Formats: sequence, structure tokens, C-alpha cells
Amino acid sequence: MTPTVADFGYAPALESTASVSLRERYGLFIGGEWVAPADGRTFASTNPATEETLALVSSASAADVDRAVRAARRGYEKYWRKLRPAERAKYVYRIARVMSERAREFAVLETLDGGKPIRESRDFDIPQATAHFFYHAGWADKLAWAVTGPERTRPLGVVGAIVPFNFPLLIAAWKIAPALACGNTVVLKPAETTPLTALAFADVCAEADLPPGIVNVVTGDGSTGAALVEHPDIDKITFTGSTEVGKSILRATAGTPKRVALELGGKSAFVVYDDAPLDQAIEGIVAAIYFNAGHVCCAGSRLLVQESIVEEVVERLRARLATIRHGDPLDKNTDIGAINSRAQRDRIADLVQSGVDEGATLVQVPWTPPERGYWYPASFFTNVQPTYRIAREEIFGPVLSIMTFRTPGEAIERANNIPYGLAAGVWTSSGALALYTAQRLAAGVVWCNTFNQFDPSSPFGGMKESGFGREGGIAGLRAYLDT
Amino acid sequence: MRRVRVDAVMLEARAATLVKRSIKASAKRAGIDLAIACMDLTTLEGKDTPAKVRGLCARGIAPAPGVPSVAAICVYPNLVATAAAALAHSSVKVASVATAFPSGLSPLETKLRETVDAVAAGADEIDMVIDRGLFLAGRYGQVQDEIAAVRDACGRATLKVILEVGELGSYEAIRRACDIALAAGADFVKTATGKLPISSTPAIALVMCEAIRDYARQTGRDVGLKLAGGIRSTKAALGYLALVNETLGPAWLSPDRFRIGASSLLDDLLMQRDKDATGNYSAATYVASA
Repeated sequence: MTPTVADFGYAPALESTASVSLRERYGLFIGGEWVAPADGRTFASTNPATEETLALVSSASAADVDRAVRAARRGYEKYWRKLRPAERAKYVYRIARVMSERAREFAVLETLDGGKPIRESRDFDIPQATAHFFYHAGWADKLAWAVTGPERTRPLGVVGAIVPFNFPLLIAAWKIAPALACGNTVVLKPAETTPLTALAFADVCAEADLPPGIVNVVTGDGSTGAALVEHPDIDKITFTGSTEVGKSILRATAGTPKRVALELGGKSAFVVYDDAPLDQAIEGIVAAIYFNAGHVCCAGSRLLVQESIVEEVVERLRARLATIRHGDPLDKNTDIGAINSRAQRDRIADLVQSGVDEGATLVQVPWTPPERGYWYPASFFTNVQPTYRIAREEIFGPVLSIMTFRTPGEAIERANNIPYGLAAGVWTSSGALALYTAQRLAAGVVWCNTFNQFDPSSPFGGMKESGFGREGGIAGLRAYLDT
Repeated sequence: MRRVRVDAVMLEARAATLVKRSIKASAKRAGIDLAIACMDLTTLEGKDTPAKVRGLCARGIAPAPGVPSVAAICVYPNLVATAAAALAHSSVKVASVATAFPSGLSPLETKLRETVDAVAAGADEIDMVIDRGLFLAGRYGQVQDEIAAVRDACGRATLKVILEVGELGSYEAIRRACDIALAAGADFVKTATGKLPISSTPAIALVMCEAIRDYARQTGRDVGLKLAGGIRSTKAALGYLALVNETLGPAWLSPDRFRIGASSLLDDLLMQRDKDATGNYSAATYVASA
């Protein structure tokens, strides 16, 4: 009568899509209204797990961007800068409340549009995004405590926010919540492949009775973003995305009074000493590189293991890899969903091929992906030399490069020997060694015996080619004030 | 024995992910029957009587029509003969706590004598407690020797070693006690007596699974896991099955290698089973208790 083990293979546990009602076609959200783009151009936002079109989205031209920036300026002059800070706080708080109420809908939409597992959008993206609004609502009338004096809490004006495809709503929240709390108005440009939660967020702003023009959403490709960057009436550009685009933004804004904050790429090191709690380090590695299929700017994509334990770490990681559940992003048990776009999938495959060609050993779980959609299985490389492309370039996929070190000095040197400096991880049971290492790692964030921990009160941002400016906490508030 | 380091933050995070797996439809049905088949249906109260134990045995053999038998009935040594008689013609094993349960603070000779007597009275399985006083005093070798001595005294009986995790103070200590029990020859390692507020949590189950997995890898010997105390809902039981499934592998999803010690859990499993079959929740009175 004992049930057989095979029966316990998890049955599909699909999250319902009933909470989401998509429009066939989305306009631009400008001045509190949905408007058609000037030249009527649209593009499709697709589900990367099925390649099906989810909705048609407007392609904003320079004229549309101009309209949005004007609306944001009007909103700033007419309402937002005049509002008492305590009233501003109420609006930000109201946005947080409406987002909480619609959390399930946002989670499903994020997963449909971007391919990330529902477990992550439900447990990480949306709760974190909401938390940023709650946190910053509290700051709006207490800014004098964040900077040195009340006379220095002036807002900047109109903020152009350009966000990437990996955490669409969350990174938008990182920018919009402090911008609004500090008294600025916003023009948001979501990524071309993931505009839908930003558009749903526009509905949230309307539902929260935000005055017209305070938040505007323009969708489109890189040219829309460029038009926003180049618009003369923008006071600040805050950008999260690739280092390449970040550099072009710096060039475009050089010599203008525009302020710029950039959160760019990374090739973060994950240092494991021989006295580390190994099972937890393995979970840390999995969280660092396979979270969101490695579409994470702070992904721990370079694993540096003390030479004496490398074989054990590789064996444990190999065993752990076999238990990672790939598949339908809407299944609540999926650990790795779809890759965000065909272009991204191809880029991952190219870089992996370069690793194989250069002589590294590829370990991959055998997995047959669905016929449609864009997929890439959890992978890691051993026998990686620091000169290989897979050890130098950001892959932005579920691919880890494993290298070794012998001494703490060598670990630090190798970790820092990269143009990036976004995040790093240190694993050891010695508090002294953890602090010694953390102090010497050139990274904006260093996590000890954990990885990918985020909180609105904790600033996040990079060094070197990973950008500058901080998001979150008091440091993040200053970035939206005329200090 | 190498000291294994354990860090609470990622251990708890991983355990939380595993017990939140969504177990639906066919997996839920299989999981409910598996949880019943892996159950040590337990009564360990000062007021236990032969009549109570006979009732429990009858329920363990046939919890409800079409439902698998539980793995064992777990009682105090004085009630082993009663249980053995009641279970004589069934697949259900007789398990007995021994070794001065629940404290373990008696002379070793007394513990061995209690073990031998329980086996002689018909116990197929012995649930011993480790001496936490010895462990916390750092006398690890002596803890291991005592377990090995009880293992010898068990003869052909299966030995489950209770760590009483709630008294050990940290995950790292639990891991260490688990490693000692494995090396001493335990057939099962078990979380708790059920007499303390802290008994089984997902993170504790995970750290013990990791010890069992590493031991199997090093020695080739597969040791079982028994979770006891505080598991009262179907949802919790299914979560632990998922945790074992993904940490030790599906080979551990059998009464030979996995047990849940519980008294009230069976009620909820039967009600959920019924709900799954009929679509409706029955009142508790529709589940025969003992």
C-alpha cells in the first residue's frame, strides 16, 4: 500500500492569470491621461516563454517624450513643488497601498512579460517594489534629517528614469519612490521587452489620485530613452542598464547641468574560504547566479574558491544543479524560467561557446526546453582562466565561472581585477577574515555569508564601470535633492 | 570527525523555499498517503493505558477505508507488549522510546537494560535520546560511545537516535550531534522528543538531511530521518516531504528512510484526503479517532 515515489513528482502548480486584464493596445501615460503616440507607431510586447504577443505598446518618438517632459514640468510647477511634504507623503503611501492590493496581478504580469519565475516576482520583485514606496513615504516630510539642514532639501525638478528588463517594476520603484518623496516629478521609460508593469503602474498612479504629470510613462526602444536623455528640460537622468549605454548617457549629458546616476553592469566575485559553511555557500552561489536566470546586475558570476576545497564545492554544486527546476515561469515550483528575449538568449549562448572554445569545462544539466520561447539551463564552468571572456564579460545569464585562489591576498586581488565593482560576496566562518576581506573588495555592496539581500533602507550602487550614485537609504535620498 | 560549519541565514532561507513548494493534484494525493505510510503514530503520556494503546493500534493498521497503514505505533516501554499483541498480524511496527526518555539522564546500564527489555517485549524499533548534558559539556566521544552501546543492545531492532534539537542551542550543534549519531551507527536520526516547544522546523530538518546526505556519500550507508513534534497539518507534512525529496532524493520517500512522529497529524491528513476525493471538507467527527 505504500505509495510509489514516482507519484510525488510535483504536479503542475500554475499561478492563475485571472488577476491580469490586458488591453489590446496601450497608449502613453502623459499628464495623467492615456494618449496615442504622435506618429501612431506601436510594437508588440511578447511573453518570452511562449513568444505570444501580450499587447501592443506605443513607440514614443522625440515629440512624445517632449510632451511627457512638458507634462512633468507642469506637474512639478503647478502641484508637486507647492505641496506640503506631509501631503506628498500621503500620495506616496497611497501608491504603496494600491500596489499591495494589486500585488498578485503585478506578479503575474511581471512573469508573463519578462519570463521570470512567479515565485520570484511574487516573493521578491513586487513586495520589494511596494516596500520602496512605503519606506519613502515616511521620508517625504523628514528630509531635513536626511541632509544637513532644512534649507538644503530642495527637489531637483523633472527626473528621467530609464529602467532595464530584469526587474522592471522594482527598479522603476527604486527611482520613482525617492524621486516623488523628495518632491520631483518623473518621466519613466521602461525596457522595450518589459513595458507592461510600468503601464499598469500608471494605472496605480491614477487610482491613487496622483495629480496630472507627476508620473509619466513613455514606452519605446533605445531611441525613446535617448530622446529623454537629450531633452533640455530634464534635471536628472537616473539609468539602470548596460555599461555601454551608461557611457553614452554620460557623453550626452556632459556639459549640461543635468545630474546623472548610473547603475550599470557587473561581474561580481563570490569568494569562498575553506572554513565556509559549505552547504549554505552552495545555496548562496545558487542565489547569486541562478536567481532571475542570472539576469541580475549584481549576479555573483565569478566564483573564487580556495584551492583546497574546490573539488568538494564543484561536486556539491553539480549535485545541487540537478535539483534546480527549469520550466514554465507561471509554475509556482519553477526555479529558472524563460530568458527575457531571443537576443539575450543568443548572447548567453555565444559567450558560453567562447568559454568552451577557450578551453574551460562546461557543466550543464541535461534539459530539453520547450519548443517555443527562449530558454537557457543553469550552467557553470570549471577550468576557467582569468583571461577568458567568460571571466571578464558580463553574461547576464545563468552561467557561472569558477576559479581558485590560495590566500586571502590572492582572493582580494583576483576579485578586484575587473573593470566592474557592483557587488561581492565573502563566505567564511571567521568574522575577522570576513571583515578583512570585505574592507578590501572594490564593490558597492559586499554580502557576508549571504547574497542578494535587499532592503529599501540599504543603499545599493556600484564602483568603477558599475556606475555611481546610490539607490535606497539616506544616500539614495540625497540623489534626488538639490544638495 | 570534521566539524561542519553551518550558517543560519541561508539555511533558513533554503528551508523556507523547500517547504513552500506547491504540492497539488496527483502529488498531493501521493504525498498524503506517503505521509500516512511514513507515520509513527505516537502516544507518550503518563496517562497511557493498554486500552488507549489498543485503540491507537487499530487506527494505525487501518486509519480509514482504503488508506495505507502507518509505519509504526510508538509507546512507552511498559506498553510494548500490549502494542505487540495488537499489531501481531499487521505490517505496523512496534516502536518504543527507551534510555530514560525524555531526559536521558540515567546511568548507561539502566538505559541498556531498558532497551534490551523493550526489544524482548516485542519492540521492533527503539527511539533513544542522547545525553544532552554530555554533549553540551563537550564530551562528544562519550555521547558517541553511549549511542553505539545502545545500538548493540538493540540487536535486530531499528535504532532511532533523538537529538532533542531544542536543547542543543544552534544549527551547528545540531549538525554535530547528528554527525555523532550517524557515526555511532544510528539507523534513523530523529529531531525531538516532542516534549519541548522547539522540536522540528524546516531549517532543523534541512541541516539533518544535509548530514545524512554527506554521510551516505562518504560511507555508502543510508540512514533515515524522523521528524517529531509540532507537525500537525497536511501542509506542513507535504512541505517536509518536498524538503526531503529535494535534499536526500526520492529514495528517502519511504517508511524505511523517513518517518513523521505525530499524534494529531493523522486527523488532518485523513480530512484532506477526503476533501481531495470528494471536493468537500468533512467535519472532524467524520474522522475516526482513537
